[in-house]
Amino acid sequence: MAKLESKIPNGPVAEKWTKHKGKINLVSPANKRLIDVIVVGTGLAGASASATLAELGYNVKTFCFQDSPRRAHSIAAQGGINAAKNYQGDGDSTYRLFYDTIKGGDYRSREANVHRLAEVSTNIIDQCVAQGVPFARDYGGLLDNRSFGGVLVSRTFYAKGQTGQQLLLGAYSAMNRQIGRGKIQMFNRHEMMDIVVIDGKARGIITRNLVNGNIERHGAHAVVIASGGYGNVFFLSTNAMGSNVSATWKIHKKGAYFANPCFTQIHPTCIPVSGDHQSKLTLMSESLRNDGRIWVPKKLEDVKAIREGSLKPTEIKEEDRDYYLERRYPAFGNLVPRDVASRAAKERCDAGFGVNKTGEAVYLDFASAITRYGKEQAHVKGLNEDDPILVKKLGQQVVRAKYGNLFQMYEKIVDQNPYETPMMIYPAVHYTMGGVWVDYNLMTTIPGCYAIGEANFSDHGANRLGASALMQGLADGYFVLPYTIGDYLADDIRTGPIDTNHPEFEKAEAAVNAQIEGFLSNHGKNSVDFYHRKLGKIMWDKCGMSRNEKGLRQAIKEINELREDFYKNVNVPGKSNEFNEQLAKAGRVADFLELGELFARDALERTESCGGHFREESQTPEGEALRDDKNFTFVSAWESKGNPSKAKLHKEDLKYEEIEVRTRSYK
Amino acid sequence: MNLTLKVWRQPNSETKGKIETYKIKDVSPDMSFLEMMDVLNEQLMSEKIDPIAFDHDCREGICGMCSMFINGEAHGPDRLVTTCQLHMRKFKDGDTITIEPFRAKAFPVIKDLAVDRSAFDRIQQAGGFVSINTSGNTQDANAIPIDKHDADKAFDSATCIGCGACVATCKNASAMLFVSAKVSQYALLPQGKVEATDRVLNMVNQMDEEGFGNCTNTGACEVECPKGISLENIARMNREYLYASLKG
Amino acid sequence: MSLTASSIGRKVAMALSGIFLVLFLTQHFSINLLSIFSESLFNQVSHFMGNNPIVQFILQPILIFGVLFHFVMGFVLELQNSKSRSTSYSVYKGKTNASWMSRNMILSGIVILSFLGLHFYDFWVPEMNYKYVQVLPLDQNRYFEELVHKFESPVRVAIYALSFIFLSLHLLHGFASSFQSVGLNNKYTKSIKSFTTAFSIIVPIGFVFIAVFHYINKF
Repeated sequence: MAKLESKIPNGPVAEKWTKHKGKINLVSPANKRLIDVIVVGTGLAGASASATLAELGYNVKTFCFQDSPRRAHSIAAQGGINAAKNYQGDGDSTYRLFYDTIKGGDYRSREANVHRLAEVSTNIIDQCVAQGVPFARDYGGLLDNRSFGGVLVSRTFYAKGQTGQQLLLGAYSAMNRQIGRGKIQMFNRHEMMDIVVIDGKARGIITRNLVNGNIERHGAHAVVIASGGYGNVFFLSTNAMGSNVSATWKIHKKGAYFANPCFTQIHPTCIPVSGDHQSKLTLMSESLRNDGRIWVPKKLEDVKAIREGSLKPTEIKEEDRDYYLERRYPAFGNLVPRDVASRAAKERCDAGFGVNKTGEAVYLDFASAITRYGKEQAHVKGLNEDDPILVKKLGQQVVRAKYGNLFQMYEKIVDQNPYETPMMIYPAVHYTMGGVWVDYNLMTTIPGCYAIGEANFSDHGANRLGASALMQGLADGYFVLPYTIGDYLADDIRTGPIDTNHPEFEKAEAAVNAQIEGFLSNHGKNSVDFYHRKLGKIMWDKCGMSRNEKGLRQAIKEINELREDFYKNVNVPGKSNEFNEQLAKAGRVADFLELGELFARDALERTESCGGHFREESQTPEGEALRDDKNFTFVSAWESKGNPSKAKLHKEDLKYEEIEVRTRSYK
Repeated sequence: MNLTLKVWRQPNSETKGKIETYKIKDVSPDMSFLEMMDVLNEQLMSEKIDPIAFDHDCREGICGMCSMFINGEAHGPDRLVTTCQLHMRKFKDGDTITIEPFRAKAFPVIKDLAVDRSAFDRIQQAGGFVSINTSGNTQDANAIPIDKHDADKAFDSATCIGCGACVATCKNASAMLFVSAKVSQYALLPQGKVEATDRVLNMVNQMDEEGFGNCTNTGACEVECPKGISLENIARMNREYLYASLKG
Repeated sequence: MSLTASSIGRKVAMALSGIFLVLFLTQHFSINLLSIFSESLFNQVSHFMGNNPIVQFILQPILIFGVLFHFVMGFVLELQNSKSRSTSYSVYKGKTNASWMSRNMILSGIVILSFLGLHFYDFWVPEMNYKYVQVLPLDQNRYFEELVHKFESPVRVAIYALSFIFLSLHLLHGFASSFQSVGLNNKYTKSIKSFTTAFSIIVPIGFVFIAVFHYINKF
């Protein structure tokens, strides 16, 4: 198991990163010009890495499947980004952010990586402000913060409900500067089809131009995968339609270990499913839980009346409402971490208290926040605090200023006014903590191949805290990878340009062409989406918010059958040399069909409950998740052996030197 | 509900396109417009007809990838939404809906309803950034206080999603709203002021080179913009540009 | 001129020449208005305008240049704009997001141009002929007569009125728009908009009123 070398530097955790940076090899500016780096994906991690690598002097080739790097799905992140700035003076520190993240991750992440993340978090904010990212400010002109789930301080920086957009556009602008200078060559509408490994080292990729179907070879001295997570294996998720696992799956099949695939985050506040036609789910930012209170009716007859439409939620008396998060977790209340909030919603809905027609929705109510803010405003303005109409009006103004775009989005989708009636929400697949296994330098088990951002597994353990994904993406891209990659590339300064006529390139290209031909000549009877939906249903029912051995075994069997059927009966229309969305989708679904099985296998293997992974067999009498630290304090890293059923499990033991492993409690 | 759809079909940029008519049944009013298109594509594929190509990704109104001109309006009849957030409840049973790509010389059609908006990227590459390198040593984020009103305005400008509805809508296919949103964002922030002159000159120059039309202040862009980007941005850019030109 | 080499430069040039023409219009309107109140005052001012060397040899050429520039530029822009979309939409609902005036400036512009042609033929050509070709003797009192004479025909008055309706439409968009073009869009915009709208309606109506006044007065 020599391959699973995490390369964590020695010494106290707080000094590891500084010492490591001081010791690793560097590439001189003159030599950087001789080195090509490929970056796949232009989300926060990919865009920030591309820009920084280009600034450092490397020749960067960046690829994205969308029509512009600015479309990457990081753009949809709403709530905010964490940083241990302690601007609010509420006792925040690097250590506290480190501690919260480890605890939030249910003690399944690497201490050294998380501490590094907390250390560079403050640099991210400085960097972004310098780039002109318009974060929210208070009247004194300084940056404002808000609070997110699972923490007791306000450390989240935000730009209304569009923080991800603003940060991504910041990174995109940094990229644009380098594209303008010619240091980044940008390939839009290009899909990575495979990685090319020569003599054990990552040396390039094969891509398909999605406009004209051309298969192209691109050589480089290192390949950085920043292609995001694999939440779309569930078909319905808050991911973008195009978000896919293919880039990470391809490198997995060529030697990169895949870590903790079963660690998936189900986000508690999404707009519920409205019908069979549903193509994706929409998130309502966690920041809403700062002011919204989550409840369901206490009485089943009220639930029935609501579903029939004879009773409005606003007509239910205060004492007949069950604010179940406040009831179960008095310390954190509505701001418990996501996994806890999601399971609690599922528990209530499973018990029959769901408030929409499908029985899968709970209320997120802003009425008390509107009143509270309204009274405050009335007081400030010297107006009558007891005038309910005035108070409501003033309160709504405050709520609109804070969450206006989210409320508008909700109204457009659901056709109900959330200022007047509580929102309906339900958990949905949102983020995948699992991903490609990487060492401390963010290098995968393929030398020269790196994975950053959501694509890797390293920082969030079994559950990610809100506003930490943006932090990790930018930390990896701006401040970690650009330095650690030098350690590897220092040995490559004499390699010269990579020859794309090498037999390995030819072999990889031939395999890509064969797969495409296979799809197009199949002429089956079912569309690609037919299989994707079926896979999603298996995953959601059996590998979703709670899992058990029987269900997981069944899932593995069903996915296997579905995969077989897919190759027999899938219908991919059109030609290979044209803009063909079905063809692109077919390749992605083929990879999901393999990942799904590995996912279920990983979930089956891990018989404990931790973070987003809840095994029904492992819970406390009150129904809380029960970890098994003795047997499962490890990262599961799967080695591909062709078929996912044959994948081999390796374990990286997690050592906690700085933080005492405890039962995670938010009560 | 049942609908008649008149859709622009064009196999690629070199071939001429035309409108084809399709019927679709049992559309639920809760569907989004793109979900309706998904259903139509499934139907077309079962009839062995090439599915309609259209751009879309996040389907939550923020990535800016979806781009349809529906019944004579960019992103359809609803206001402050992208096509993916337009819902079928805005239409009636028996309606005929005409769907065309965003049209502009600077946005050539790739296939059917998908167009090439890389002109927008090139405009951003000409100056849509602040020239600072990544380092751990930029000054503290709170070193320069910024007037909240300015910060909020900069944010409003920065919410542009780059979808191109402004260009598609404008009778002159002008890109002024898009370009001015970026210019404004930086013009309002101290970080962006340092290179304001070069930025506005270079970005406007690139915009002109791409073949967009001239702005005639019809205001249609502001009305159709899914993010409500204001015409004030255009005025600000005109101001910035004038100042920059005079400064030389 | 480097300014007109860019789209924004051309836009600003359109706005500035437009504002200049609005100023001229105001001046023209004030003088015409005098004809209602006092024949002699009207003659006096007209004579001054017609014979003052600064007005004649400096301001008049500038005005003619301004008019020509505004029109030529208008046509150039229209031509460029029509090229910016090679395939046109089969359905285009312009009226849902922009006013008729803003979308048809070229149309109202052409009507105004034709009217100006007529107007030049009616007043300016005879005037030039009188002063510089035939070099007839100065007559301080001929202006009012000439004015009234032109409004004897109801057809002419109708054409005159119609042209001013188009001028009004042109101004309703153009006057306010010129402020936006030069970069003025702030808290005063609402007031500016009210002012320009009032101006765009009152001044053309005033011109028509003067014409109708003289037409009726002859009976």
